[in-house]
Amino acid sequence: MKEIISIFIQSVFIDNMVFAYFLGMCSYIAVSKTVKTSVGLGIAVIFVMGITVPVNYLINEYLLGPGALSWLSSSFADVNLDFLSFIIFIAVIASMVQLVEMVIEKFSPALYNSLGIFLPLIAVNCAILGGSLFMQEREYQSLAEATSFGLGSGVGWLIAIVGIAAIREKIRYSNVPAPLRGLGITFIITGLMGIAFMMFMGIKI
Amino acid sequence: MSAEIKEKDPLFSLKNRKLLTVPLNRENPITMQVLGICSALAVTAKLEPAVVMAISVTFVTGVGNLVISLLRKSIAPRIRIIVQLTVIATLVILVDQFLKAYAFDVSKQLSVFVGLIITNCIIMGRFEAFGMANKPWPSFLDGIGNGLGYGIILIIVSFFRELLGSGTLWGYPVLEKIGLYRLGYENNGMMILPPMALIVVGIIIWVQRSRVRDLIEDK
Repeated sequence: MKEIISIFIQSVFIDNMVFAYFLGMCSYIAVSKTVKTSVGLGIAVIFVMGITVPVNYLINEYLLGPGALSWLSSSFADVNLDFLSFIIFIAVIASMVQLVEMVIEKFSPALYNSLGIFLPLIAVNCAILGGSLFMQEREYQSLAEATSFGLGSGVGWLIAIVGIAAIREKIRYSNVPAPLRGLGITFIITGLMGIAFMMFMGIKI
Repeated sequence: MSAEIKEKDPLFSLKNRKLLTVPLNRENPITMQVLGICSALAVTAKLEPAVVMAISVTFVTGVGNLVISLLRKSIAPRIRIIVQLTVIATLVILVDQFLKAYAFDVSKQLSVFVGLIITNCIIMGRFEAFGMANKPWPSFLDGIGNGLGYGIILIIVSFFRELLGSGTLWGYPVLEKIGLYRLGYENNGMMILPPMALIVVGIIIWVQRSRVRDLIEDK
C-alpha cells in the first residue's frame, strides 16, 4: 500500500508529465487559454489515463512482453511480441477513448456535455501513449501500481494545465514584449513552473 | 496551393522547392504551428540523440505523407484517423527496430520518445492538411520539409544545451580544448535540466519573431 501511494505522489509531482517529460504539450498550449476549458480537458485526461494504463498493463503482461504467452502453453515461453507494443497500445487507446465516450454519453450526459470535444482529442494526446510506454519501460509489479501511476500522471497533468491557464488569464493585463506575446511567453512560464516543480525532487513517503 | 502543380512540372520547380523551405522558417512546425513539441524537448539535452530524433521524424513524415498521398483516393473519410495511425505506427516500428539494431546506445537514451513519434502532432497534421489532398511527390517534399523544420529547432536547442550545460559538442570536449576552464569558467548545470529546454525554445521564438515582425501575435 505504501508503495502504491508513493508511486502516486511521485508521478504527480516529481515525474510530472508536462514539466519533466514535456508530454501532451500540444493540447497543453492550445487549450490553456481559459481555466474552465482546461479543467475539462484535465479531468478527461485523468479519466482516460486511469483506464488505458491498467488495460495496457494487462495486455503487456499477458500478451506482449517476453514470455508473456506462457500461460497458453509452455512452448510459447520464449515468444516475445515486444515490437508490436506501439501499434497495439495506440489501438487500445483509440478504442478506449471511443468506448469511454459512449459510456459517458449514455450514463452521464451532463459530464459528456462538459467534456465535449475534448474526449476525441485525447486519443492523440502524447501524455496518454507516453503513460503506457513509461508503464512498460518501468516494469511496474502489479496492476494496482500501474493504475496508481496512470491516475497520478493524469492528476499531475491536470495541475499543470490549470496552473498555466490561470497564469495566462492574468498575463493578458501585463505588458509582454511584442515578439514574445502568446506562444513565447507560454513556453518561458512553463519553464519557470518546471523549475519550481523541481523542488519536489527527492520527496519520499 | 499545390493543386495547381501539373504533371509536367520539373521535380524541383520553384513551387516544390518552396514546400521544402517554407517550413524551415515562416511556417516552422514548432515555433509557428505549435505542433509536435511533445516528443521534441526531452531529447535535446545532447546533440546526438537530437540529431537521431530529427532524422527519424523526417523519415516518418516524408514516407508517411507519401504513403497517405498514394492511398488518398481509397481511404474512406470516416476511418481515416485509424488508417493514418496504422501507417505512422508501422513506420515508427521500423525506425525503432532499426535504431535498436544499429544504434543501441542512442535508442536507450531516447527510450519512450521513439514510440511517441506516433502521437507527434506534426505527422497527423501534415497527413490531414497535405497528404490527403495532394499528389505523392509534393506530399513527400512537404513531409521532408516539415520534418526538417522540426529537426532544425531540435538541433539548435540541443547545440546550446550541450555546449553550455556539459561543455561538449557531440561528446567532444570543446570548451576544455579551448582552455576556458583554466580561466575559471564553469558549466551551467541548469542547462541540462528539462525546464531549460522550454526556456531556450521561448528565446528562439523571441528571436525569430523579432526578425520577422509580421509573425507577432495579437493581444
